[in-house]
Amino acid sequence: MQRLRLLAITCLMLLGLAVAGQRSLAADDTIKIGYIDPFSGAFASGGDASLKMFQFIVDYINAKGGALGKKFELVTFDDKLQPAEALIALKSVTDQNLPFVMSCVGSNVGSALIDAVNKHNARNPDNRVLQINCGQLATELTNEQCSFWHFRFTGSVEMRAVARIKSLPQSVKSVYLLNQDYLFGQSIEKDTKRFLAEYRPDIKIVADEFIPLMQIKDFAPYVTKIKASGAQSLLTGNYGPDLNLLLKAAVDAGLEIRFDTYLAHVIGAATAMGSAGEGRVTSVLDDHENIPSEEHNAEAEDFVKKWRATHDFMFIAVPSVTQFEMMVRAINQAGSTDAVKVALALEGMEQKDLFGATNIMRKDDHQLLYPYYEGVFTKNVKYDAEKTGLGWKTEFKTTVADETLPTTCKMKRPSS
Amino acid sequence: MQIGLISLLDGLVYGMLLFMLASGLTLILSMMGVLNFAHASVYMLGAYFAYELSRWVGFWPALIIAPLLCGAIGAAIEVWGLRRVHHNGHIAELLFTFGLVFIIGRAVQMAWGMLPMPYRVPASLDFPLFSLYGENFPAYRGFMLLISALMLLTIWLLLKKTRIGLIIQAALTHPSMVSALGHDVPSVFTIVFAGGSLLAGLAGVIAGNYLTTESSMADAMGPIVFVVVIFGGLGSLAGCFIASILMGMVQTFSVVMEWSFADMLRPLGISVSADDLLGEILTISISRIGPLVPYVLLIVILLFRPRGLMGTRET
Amino acid sequence: MSDTALRALPSRGPAAIAVRLWPWIAALLVSVILPWLFYDFQHGRQSGFMVSMLSQTGMMIIFALSFNMLMGQAGLLSFCHSVLFGLAGYSTVHFLNAAGAGQLPVPMELIPLLAGLSGLGFGIVFGYMACKQRSTAFAMITLGIVQLVTTAATMFHHFFGGEGGVKTDREIGISLFGLEYGQSIQVYYLIVAWMMISAVGMYFHTMTPLGRMANACRDNHERAQFVGYDPRIVRFLQFAVSGFYAGVAGGLFAITYEIVTFDAVAAPLAANALLMAYIGGATTFFGPVLGAILITLLQSGVSLMSNSWLVYVGVLFIAMVTFAPTGLTGIILEHAPIARAGLLRRLVVPYLRILLPGLVVLFGFVGVVELLSFLTIGMAQGKRLELFGRAVDIFGSAPWIASLACLLGGGFWLTRESRHFKRVWDGLTEVARR
Repeated sequence: MQRLRLLAITCLMLLGLAVAGQRSLAADDTIKIGYIDPFSGAFASGGDASLKMFQFIVDYINAKGGALGKKFELVTFDDKLQPAEALIALKSVTDQNLPFVMSCVGSNVGSALIDAVNKHNARNPDNRVLQINCGQLATELTNEQCSFWHFRFTGSVEMRAVARIKSLPQSVKSVYLLNQDYLFGQSIEKDTKRFLAEYRPDIKIVADEFIPLMQIKDFAPYVTKIKASGAQSLLTGNYGPDLNLLLKAAVDAGLEIRFDTYLAHVIGAATAMGSAGEGRVTSVLDDHENIPSEEHNAEAEDFVKKWRATHDFMFIAVPSVTQFEMMVRAINQAGSTDAVKVALALEGMEQKDLFGATNIMRKDDHQLLYPYYEGVFTKNVKYDAEKTGLGWKTEFKTTVADETLPTTCKMKRPSS
Repeated sequence: MQIGLISLLDGLVYGMLLFMLASGLTLILSMMGVLNFAHASVYMLGAYFAYELSRWVGFWPALIIAPLLCGAIGAAIEVWGLRRVHHNGHIAELLFTFGLVFIIGRAVQMAWGMLPMPYRVPASLDFPLFSLYGENFPAYRGFMLLISALMLLTIWLLLKKTRIGLIIQAALTHPSMVSALGHDVPSVFTIVFAGGSLLAGLAGVIAGNYLTTESSMADAMGPIVFVVVIFGGLGSLAGCFIASILMGMVQTFSVVMEWSFADMLRPLGISVSADDLLGEILTISISRIGPLVPYVLLIVILLFRPRGLMGTRET
Repeated sequence: MSDTALRALPSRGPAAIAVRLWPWIAALLVSVILPWLFYDFQHGRQSGFMVSMLSQTGMMIIFALSFNMLMGQAGLLSFCHSVLFGLAGYSTVHFLNAAGAGQLPVPMELIPLLAGLSGLGFGIVFGYMACKQRSTAFAMITLGIVQLVTTAATMFHHFFGGEGGVKTDREIGISLFGLEYGQSIQVYYLIVAWMMISAVGMYFHTMTPLGRMANACRDNHERAQFVGYDPRIVRFLQFAVSGFYAGVAGGLFAITYEIVTFDAVAAPLAANALLMAYIGGATTFFGPVLGAILITLLQSGVSLMSNSWLVYVGVLFIAMVTFAPTGLTGIILEHAPIARAGLLRRLVVPYLRILLPGLVVLFGFVGVVELLSFLTIGMAQGKRLELFGRAVDIFGSAPWIASLACLLGGGFWLTRESRHFKRVWDGLTEVARR
């Protein structure tokens, strides 16, 4: 019997330890940001890469002193790229009274979050939360769907399309459009056609094709089709496996045309194309690591050097650095992390980014306006991408004025 | 015409790749009745192993060693896992392989990280074999065709000419009878499962650098392989072969078809706009719904012929 | 099997009714009280996360039970159950939007009924296709259907809204009780109500001639045919009815999240239903309820604590199918003969004796997995490793040694103790049988 009691007590103690472990909350001396992205399953690579960059940025900002004397801290939540899971995670964020919720991957998740944050803030005025969008690109999010509680610190599809079309060389006269058949791909196709008509009416669209999202394993038939069409350039918004496999198949088949992409700088594509992509793959970039040396910017160069010392993939999140710098100023100005006050402080804010350009957080639709770069994948650059020996070199740069596009946003602002 | 010929070659390459994956699954499913969802995970392991090995010992040894490793893993799974679960029924076996999918997926991420691997075609095979209407046919594709043809020949010889092959063939159609005749069916099961995993691993080795090697590659291949196996019919390698080639062709040829159902209706004087759901379905072009075609084919064939194309018994 | 348990009880009089009803009443009471246990007194509000989890559990219970109408009762392995759930969810969003615009005067409380009816409709359509076949062919047709519908959901915009899904606002302003349904706790109680209604409905379904014939066709479809029933019609009807309940669950999903995307029709959700039913125990009526609770906890709870949660899920499946093929309820029911013989008390000590090494093994396993995954993934993400509530130094040898020792030593201890347990168990069942 004695033995039984001993066992029972040990078990209870173990259980107690486990429970106590869960209850131990970190001290409240940091500004916490709930960060919702996919961290497990097939899409984990997207969340993984963003998290690495954000952790680096947070360390950089904290080293500068943080906001209100407090440091920033990321609290991660796994949404498995499913809107329903993201909404459960949002509940967790608001339960813990975190003032900010941030999400980068998947416009569908972003759109679901905007809706949920609107409803939450309306239904719980004492526990409001601000949504920071760091990578969900669908133009709708700051147009039809725009919200006072949502700030986008990344370019919309529209803004990317402007840079994409303006940077096409005059020699290109015919393009082949190939996009993924879903929300993002369709809006890329729409905006590409719109700006082609506006800026480059001389270019002929020889084909306008959609592929089913993430379903194609062998792109060889498409390459054959592109070849047969005689287009000078393949204009595509594909990303992930759909881009990597397409580039690989095209390279293997010896398709000698330009690849004017939207997202070839995203992780994985450089590995897929290798040296065969040299000189003919271009992409529209928020930034790349060779800009500092191109523009002789010592401070930015230092930043990149520090990144490269600890990471072996490309840093492409300068707007997110700007995001944190703006947040620091807004929180200091508001004197607290109150959602309304910080939001009002962020509106219309101007901030110099790492490369010295002035970025504007537009008040009308809460979209960050900043210049875009168009780069070519080439040799002889200071920092290469994914150990391929090749990296991105700027060919073209838009201005903030180029990127200031009309918005259809009719924002509902809180009365209080 | 030129597109037709090139598409034919492309479809053949893809179909043979499918066959390499599906042949192992056909053997496993027909003999053991296991819906092995982990088959595609073993395929992924094959690619990762080949990448890792080719860094140390080069591509050619990797081509041999990686599939053998996968075969050994398959044997281990059968002996220490499936055999114990077998008497709990088919759904238990299915869930067992489900569990394996999760574990292998995460293990690969833990071992190699989340990014795609720079697993490349070996330099000795990285040249255009011939040029057709100005489009290169890479030597590596020819190599893939060669390997899969060799594999087909080997399986055929093994099944037709060896004693174990005869037992396997018999066990494909009448497993209980074979057991009643006193053959050691469990060890035949192990051999088949290991062999199937070996083939999946081989497919991974030669597809990993032709396609991309990343942690989501198993999810991408999983469903289509099942379609091939069921479409071809249980117990029939020939059916599996025909189904693989057919699915390969369907995938490649649907890409070049630009017309939609609405185009077919137009001569009849019916015009459709994409304003509602039905209109949308009718106006979408075949090339956009290409990947759906295998599933439609599967449903249609099972509705009218539940044993599949050349199946020897009811599924 | 629950029937046999019930049959052993007194069958007449008010006492008998109370005995028969107690699981239902207890379930109702627990689900009503549960959210208040997590009430956040500091801020004077419900814990939103817990309410969400509980709501999710509630709808998953309906979904898993309806799935088990196919797997457990009719022996049909369906991979397209999520299609019925998701399509009904999409329909519900359209119903809610219509109701919000004043075109559909249906009170909120009855919207799940509409969802169920649309689920029934989709069940009839897909059931007609799939139920022509049985066994593997059936499973494969459903696999085809789920892939077909998932891809279609990302392609067609008018009904599915493409990848972004369709959204709605549940505050439609029509309610039988004058409720707004703004707060999620109100929605939770709506879910509880529908969960009870559906569970009772499905329970009574098992006793109808159709439910019995489904069992017969599962066990021996040829014999059922000889007796004069057409197994195909039985399968079809069973499929359609289970579609109704899946539809109710889908409707509640739409109401809770106010958005439905293609994930709601996709295969992983159907796989989840399969896991819930199997792990809970497909041979009993209540098994899937346990399974739904456990899987939802794992999926939404554990996944927030560890990004390696899929490993734990995988290991759980493998352990379950290897050691407990009848599921959780199966394990519980195996105690019935011992309990009837009044010997249950004698199992307490052996249970505690395997619990302790079991916990040690669990501790060691979690430690090893987390340390490994931190070493290769977490560290590069710049996180800090916390295990069991304390910060851990990954490069120190102590956590590695402790975890490995727990895993190996505990494993050795566990095998010894489980041998002992088996001896005691066999002895007791022997006594109970006598």
